[in-house]
This record gives sequence, structure tokens and C-alpha cells, in this order.
Amino acid sequence: MECLIGIRFNDYVLLAADTVDARSIVVMNHDEEKFCKVSDQVMMAVCGEAGHTDNFSEYIQKNVKLYKMRYTYELSPQATAHFTRRTMAEYLRSSTPYNCNLIVGGYDNVGNKAELFFIDYLASISELPYCAHGYGGYFVLSTMDAHYKPDLPLEEGIKLLKLCIQEIGKRFLVNLPLYKVKLINKDGIQDLPTIQGADLVKYQVRPIGGDASAAPMEIGRA
Amino acid sequence: MGTSRYDRAITVFSPDGHLFQVEYAQEAVKKGSTAVGVRGLECVVLGVEKKSVAKLQEERTVRKICLLDDHVVMAFAGLTADARILIDRARIECQSHRLNVEDPVTLEYITRHIAELKQRYTQSNGRRPFGISCLIGGFDLDGTPRLYQTEPSGTYHEWKANATGRNAKTVREFLEKYYTTEEVNTEQKTIKLAIRALLEVVQSGGKNLEIAIMRKGQVMQMLDVDTIDKYVKEVEKEKEEEAEKKKQKK
Repeated sequence: MECLIGIRFNDYVLLAADTVDARSIVVMNHDEEKFCKVSDQVMMAVCGEAGHTDNFSEYIQKNVKLYKMRYTYELSPQATAHFTRRTMAEYLRSSTPYNCNLIVGGYDNVGNKAELFFIDYLASISELPYCAHGYGGYFVLSTMDAHYKPDLPLEEGIKLLKLCIQEIGKRFLVNLPLYKVKLINKDGIQDLPTIQGADLVKYQVRPIGGDASAAPMEIGRA
Repeated sequence: MGTSRYDRAITVFSPDGHLFQVEYAQEAVKKGSTAVGVRGLECVVLGVEKKSVAKLQEERTVRKICLLDDHVVMAFAGLTADARILIDRARIECQSHRLNVEDPVTLEYITRHIAELKQRYTQSNGRRPFGISCLIGGFDLDGTPRLYQTEPSGTYHEWKANATGRNAKTVREFLEKYYTTEEVNTEQKTIKLAIRALLEVVQSGGKNLEIAIMRKGQVMQMLDVDTIDKYVKEVEKEKEEEAEKKKQKK
């Protein structure tokens, strides 16, 4: 039921993740952090089995750090993503596979470009301009097909992200009210203001037995 | 004797109670380039003698001071090849510790880990001891500066200031004479004390020294040649003035 969204533009990447931590039908926490800072320029959004997500992302994070200590320079976002995939593939074939899905976003300071990778629990990887994990993908990919342009400035990029989240809020059965957002660009990783999914949606309901031509009532769902 | 698989350890006691291999390893340390560590009030300074780099050699690849983690720096005297292995093991342990307990290592923890590894190599089959002595400096999580030393035998001690390698005794005696709390209450004074100590046994000049400084909550900084030269000149000037004074007294 979780939702991760990643969008890569020419010189920055936006990552968004819902904040719901649910067991069965119960929401345990509305303020869950689904991001893991891998290095100064690489951020990972992780969803999946609770526990697996933290364990796996922290393992990657510490190994990337170890690489930096050993060789004095950091892994590029692409190298980080492929190391992550490889590690995932090894665990997949062990007796203790990890069940988690990731989006790796980063800014390559050497090649001077933003990069985005989609990795799932079967250790497949794709380099994409935009992607989503979870049911959210059913709704946001078409939105981005229609509105994505690689050269959108930051404000427009955030608008596109809001549009996607609005679509989920409107069409998805499950309520995912809050999304934490990270921006990754040449200056590193930054927190952006949380996006409220439900706030963006105004439902239009016609009064029962009312005049069909009357203006529909607007009901906010905040 | 000799045919059994269980007596291959080379570190066995001699009849008079010595472990020769360990002592030989300590000899290797004594032949290594001098390393100095000084713990200041809010910094730790490590310095080593830099062997002259061959004309066509890439200087970047000759380093005797290295980071184990963001807050731990190590200098060593002895066999560089052995150090590489030890450094790698220590770096893995630093990250492993973070992964397991979500805290950076304390200086005593990582020192003990290194010492334990060294000790293991003095007591197990088919191994030889590490021919290095390490000076390990850095900060604990609570911000306390620390300086530790480990030896090939696997012992470790904490110090305010110490030296190892060639002429370590001369340098240590110098430090014992001049180290006071006032002498290390600023960063500049701490660096100067370390350089003064090294210059007791090292040929003068910034290019013969490698100095690292660790400040609270900051990344390790290697001093560049010009900065070191400035300190060296200062030290030498003071020495001359001192000599001048002595002459006048006579």
C-alpha cells in the first residue's frame, strides 16, 4: 500500500515517499521516514517489509561509507545503484532474501548530471526519468507521461509532483495523507516541505435529489 | 616435532621466556619512520617523518597517516604493507560498529579491536605478528580528545603525547620535558609542539613532515607543505634565539 515516487530532471531529482507505517489494517505511525541518506549526493527511498527496509538500506549506507574511507572518494549515484542491485541479487539467492523496493536518486558531481534508478525486491534495475513503487505507480505514471519535461525548473517540478500526489489522493482506495519530499542537486540533499495528499483534492458531490444543473458542493477532505 | 599440524606457530617461547618473533616485530617498528601524537585541549595532532619521495614517484600514494572513520585518524611506524591490512580491518570494524549500534566507535573501542587483532597474530598457527606500532587519535562521541598507541605484541595504552618508530625514545623524552597543559591549550601550540618534537630527529623542512590535525566535530585536515614550513621556520627561529641567549649568559 506504500508509495514512493521519483522524478529526475536535468539538474535535480525529486524523491517523495508517503509517511504511513501500517500493520495489517492499522496505521501505526503517520510520520514514518522512508528515506535513507547513502552519501552526500545519493538518497534512497525504501518501502517493503518493515525491518527489511531499514536493515537493507543501512547495510548499503555503511558499505558505501566504507568505500569512501578506503578510497577517499565516494561512489557515484550510478555505482551506488548497481552496488545496491548486486547486493539485493545476492541476498535474493540466499536463505534470507530482503523484501524491499527502492528508488535511488542522486547527483553525479563528476558527470554533472542527475540520476534516478528504480530497483525492486527481485533485484531488477532501470535508469528512468520517473518511476514509482507501490500502487501509486498505477496512478502517477500516466500523469507524468502527460506532463513530464526533463528541463522543468524546480517550482514546476514540485508542481508536477503535487499533481501526481493529487491523482493518488483522488483515485486510490487507500488514504495516504502525507508525503515527505527530498531534493537532490549539485549542492547535495535538501528537505522540501511535506506535501499533504488529501488537502489537494476537492471532492465534488451533488446533493441527493437536487437539481442536476445546480453547482456541485465542494467538500474539502483535510 | 615439525610434522604435526599444531606446532607451526612461529611465536613460541624461548627457554628464557622471550617471544622472539614479537621482539623482532618490535625491532621492525624501531626501524620505521618516526611518528608523533599530541593530544591538545580541543584537538589531536599526529605527525610522521616523510621519507623523501623519488623524483618520478606520485607523492599522493605515499601516506603514513590515514583515516579509519570520520573521527578517527591513525599514524604508524613499521611495515607499511602490514599496516594496509590492519587499516582495512579497522575501517570495516568502524562501519560495522555503526551498523550494529548506530554510534561511531569510541577511540578505546577501535584501539582495543586493533590490539586484539595484533595479539591474535602472536598466538596462532602459520601467522607472524604485525610489524607496526600505531598511534590512534580522534574524538569520542562526547567530544573528548583521545590518543592511544598499540604495539605488535597487542598491548595498548592511552597517552597525552607519545612517539613511536626510529628515535622514539629521544622524541618521547622531549615530549616529557616540554608537554604541559598550557603548552597544548590552543591548536597552534599543539601543532607546534608536535613539530618541535619531530624536528628533534627529523631533517628540517616542511617536505619531510606529514602533519594531520583533528578538530572536534570536523573532518581531519592534512597540513600543506607551506603551513608546515611556516611552523618549522618559527620553531627554528626560537631555537636560534635560545642558543643566542645561552651564549650571552656564558
